[in-house]
Amino acid sequence: MSIEIPTICLTSIGPLITLSVAGLLLLLLEAFSIHGAKKGYFHQISLVAIIIGIIQTILLWGRNTTDFSRMIYVDNFSFFFYMIFLIGTGISVILSVKYLEDYKKNYGEYYALMLFAAVGMMLMAAGGNMVTIFLGVEILSIPIYILAGMFREDVKSNEAALKYLLLGGFSSAFLLFGIAMLYGGTGTFYLADLAKVIKASGMNNLTYMGLGLLIVGFGFKVSLAPFHMWTPDVYEGAPTSITAFMSVGTKAAAFAAFLRIFVEVFPSVKVDWDMLLWVVAVATMTIGNLTALAQTNIKRMLAYSSIAHAGYILVGMIAGNKLGAIGILYYLLAYTLMNLGAFGVVILVARKKDNYLNIYDYSGLGFQYPGLAAVMTVFMFGLVGMPPTAGFIGKFFIFSAAVEAGYIWLVLIGVLNSLISVYYYLRITVIMYMKPAEADLGPVELTSSVNATLILSALAVLLIGIFPGIIYNLAMSSVKIFPI
Amino acid sequence: MNFPILSILILLPMVGVALIMMLNRENQWVIKGAAMAVALLNFIISLPLWFGFNGDTAAMQFVEKYSWVPSYGVSYYVGLDGISLLLVLLTTFITPICILACWEDIQDKVKEFMICLLFLETGMIGVFVSLDLFLFYVFWEIMLIPMYLLIGVWGNPARRIYAAVKFFIFTMVGSLLMLVAILVLCFYNYKVTGVYTFDLLKMYGLQIPFEMQFWMFLAFGLAFAIKVPMFPVHTWLPDAHTEAPTVGSVILAAVLLKMGTYGFLRFNMPMFPEAAWYFVPLFSILAVIGIVYGALVSLVQVDLKRLVAFSSVSHLGFVMLGLFSYTMAGVQGGIIQMINHGLSTGALFLIVGMVYERRHTRMIADFGGLSKVMPVFAVLFMIVTLSSIGLPGLNGFVGEFLILLGAFKANKVYAIIAASGVIFAAAYMLWMFQRVMFGQVTNEKNQNLKDLSTREIVVLLPVILFIIWIGVYPNTFLEKTKASTENFVAMMEKSKATKVAAADVIFKGEQR
Repeated sequence: MSIEIPTICLTSIGPLITLSVAGLLLLLLEAFSIHGAKKGYFHQISLVAIIIGIIQTILLWGRNTTDFSRMIYVDNFSFFFYMIFLIGTGISVILSVKYLEDYKKNYGEYYALMLFAAVGMMLMAAGGNMVTIFLGVEILSIPIYILAGMFREDVKSNEAALKYLLLGGFSSAFLLFGIAMLYGGTGTFYLADLAKVIKASGMNNLTYMGLGLLIVGFGFKVSLAPFHMWTPDVYEGAPTSITAFMSVGTKAAAFAAFLRIFVEVFPSVKVDWDMLLWVVAVATMTIGNLTALAQTNIKRMLAYSSIAHAGYILVGMIAGNKLGAIGILYYLLAYTLMNLGAFGVVILVARKKDNYLNIYDYSGLGFQYPGLAAVMTVFMFGLVGMPPTAGFIGKFFIFSAAVEAGYIWLVLIGVLNSLISVYYYLRITVIMYMKPAEADLGPVELTSSVNATLILSALAVLLIGIFPGIIYNLAMSSVKIFPI
Repeated sequence: MNFPILSILILLPMVGVALIMMLNRENQWVIKGAAMAVALLNFIISLPLWFGFNGDTAAMQFVEKYSWVPSYGVSYYVGLDGISLLLVLLTTFITPICILACWEDIQDKVKEFMICLLFLETGMIGVFVSLDLFLFYVFWEIMLIPMYLLIGVWGNPARRIYAAVKFFIFTMVGSLLMLVAILVLCFYNYKVTGVYTFDLLKMYGLQIPFEMQFWMFLAFGLAFAIKVPMFPVHTWLPDAHTEAPTVGSVILAAVLLKMGTYGFLRFNMPMFPEAAWYFVPLFSILAVIGIVYGALVSLVQVDLKRLVAFSSVSHLGFVMLGLFSYTMAGVQGGIIQMINHGLSTGALFLIVGMVYERRHTRMIADFGGLSKVMPVFAVLFMIVTLSSIGLPGLNGFVGEFLILLGAFKANKVYAIIAASGVIFAAAYMLWMFQRVMFGQVTNEKNQNLKDLSTREIVVLLPVILFIIWIGVYPNTFLEKTKASTENFVAMMEKSKATKVAAADVIFKGEQR
């Protein structure tokens, strides 16, 4: 008997290795430094690692293969998501610095955990095997459980961490159970083989159950109704920088895996699950938007809005065509920029100890801090889906895909939902520009790095909204691999 | 052709926005001057459109086309025909006037105000020249934002937020449904021709089954009907007009409402001609209701601005009636009436604004006898009032006469009822004029009102010049629109026959 050692190429997971090494380095640095001495270096190291990761991803672009015995896909689809995660993590790191200093919590492990979470996300996007994907889910989730409870003196932060841990645990269990069912039904963990078996011998009871449980598991992660209950509480309680990070990162990662599994493994049974998802999408959009209307805490409002956005993205999945997949990729990139930007403004306005989280604390901001209000306006109109922002193009692609696939009613419900969302996003601009300041809120401290990040995000939201061609082509080359 | 006039018209205001952003907000005069310079320059650049426009052809002119998202068939495609020419010129004409009109009125947040105005100009010109459905939709939505801010930030403190949000949400309802319709249309085109395109002119030639036309017409029609605004979706208009600052009302009346009527003419009718015939009774009746209802409600208004706002509902009813007659006279009258309404109602809002600046009230009851203290004002106000009524020799007459002529040819009943709107218009406008301007000065505060300043006269004179010009010699303008209108009417006539067949299908369907 001979044991064949598979050939592996470490560069195929280059960005993952970089981030992991940087995370470990941060932990060591924290452990071996006199408390307080090396504080300044944590985020710089993280950012350097992220930039190296971005460069590695760019160098990898265009490859189309698998590695680690087909456990990992090395393709543009993964790379597109790597970019989203790296950009998202980078912005989150920059937004965290001052926020953590305010709380005197500028710990190395915070950044390390963030980087580890990013590694988990990448693994989810690149996983070619159910086990890899599940590993990614766990590597992503565990750091986030800790990060959500980072402010351990704060009751709300504790609540957020506990809720997320319990419900996240449930969702992982569902996911794992679904994977087990699929394995039972087909005898393989590999996505490519699963697809082959299902295509050849059709669905059976086990695979149907597996499919259902996978939807539940991913539904939790991307907060689809009726599995969205944890979202507002966790988003509200977690440190704002972490809320920002998880609102975009977790969502994008879960959608990456969701999309890859569903369009690769189950395209032939599309008709069976799309009615189910149809109902879920409508419920998610409607519940998210209607509940967001009633919120006065901006973090909760953004939490419900993120539920609604998950619904829009699901519309693209239901469409199940190439344009839909392109739309999802585009939308997730746009959403990452817009939502992180919005949370960035929230962090700045909330100031020390999150004192100003009520939406009415934004009154008068438009003329006291015109720049800050202007970028917030861009993000809000982007989230509404107004041209010329990226949010519009994202919605446009997703809704076009659904129209192309014949889901006109779904699109109608979708646009009516955006109409509802107009009201609560618009309310922020109403408050910023049209209401006089109720009380003197004192100065908002602006640091140059945060300023630059917010301005760049706003510009990016506008630019990829005005010139969607580049991202469209990148997304198109990313979804080429799918058999749809 | 070689010189991209239209793109410059669209981009120059944005350059102005960037310029003003860099200016110091303390220097109000510099900011106002810069905005004025940009707007005037834009007007001057738009003049070659008029002189270079060939009125003998219905084809698009000054066309520019660049690929935007090639793989998806989206292009930057702009052009001009007889229908849009006048509206673009109206836009570039009215913007500098507005900036001059708010020269002293706006003291607060001048920088942001000017940015909004110029931004709005970009959006408005873009809407009128877009020949790509995607591009059109982008401009259509973009222009909402500055208008919303104009109403919400500089409006009347009491109810401005309500009005701004109502305006925004009403418009969004229509435009989102239109977006869905655009998508459906594009994919239908893809199914038929195998090419992704949003090119409007390609859609004209598309044969669409009647049932689909039916829904498409309604989806586009709702968006445009809200903007016009037609009865019964007009309710945002009185609020928006009344609460907006003077300049906001002027632009709203002069240009934004025209986007609705223009949309019917450019998109709804040519793209879905059979449904357009099918819906003639519905939309004509709504237009007639709008005419009479707007006029009657105007009669009982106590607020000057609200009165003018409701009179808009009535006037726009005329435009819609003319367009839906599908006759040469009716459509040409409709187009010229769009311009007329822009000029006279715009001027009326300017005048109300001038009075408001002096007295800080718009209630008719607070005035009386103003003609004695403000003689110059009285003369100009009278001319504008008469133009709005439709006195022969002034512009309103030309438009309403042509519309009624066309409508009479198409359906006598509608025309006869609509004609009563002209009489009502005379009633409410003259009665309003009498109560404000004539009689004794009863209110102490009106005793010492200053007459118009030179600036205010300069604001009104160009508008009045065109009011008289169109009234006396409308041919200058009509001949530019003639070829396009003929083409439009011929296109509609051609589809009349197929409409009958299509309606038969529906009838049989019901029997089954």
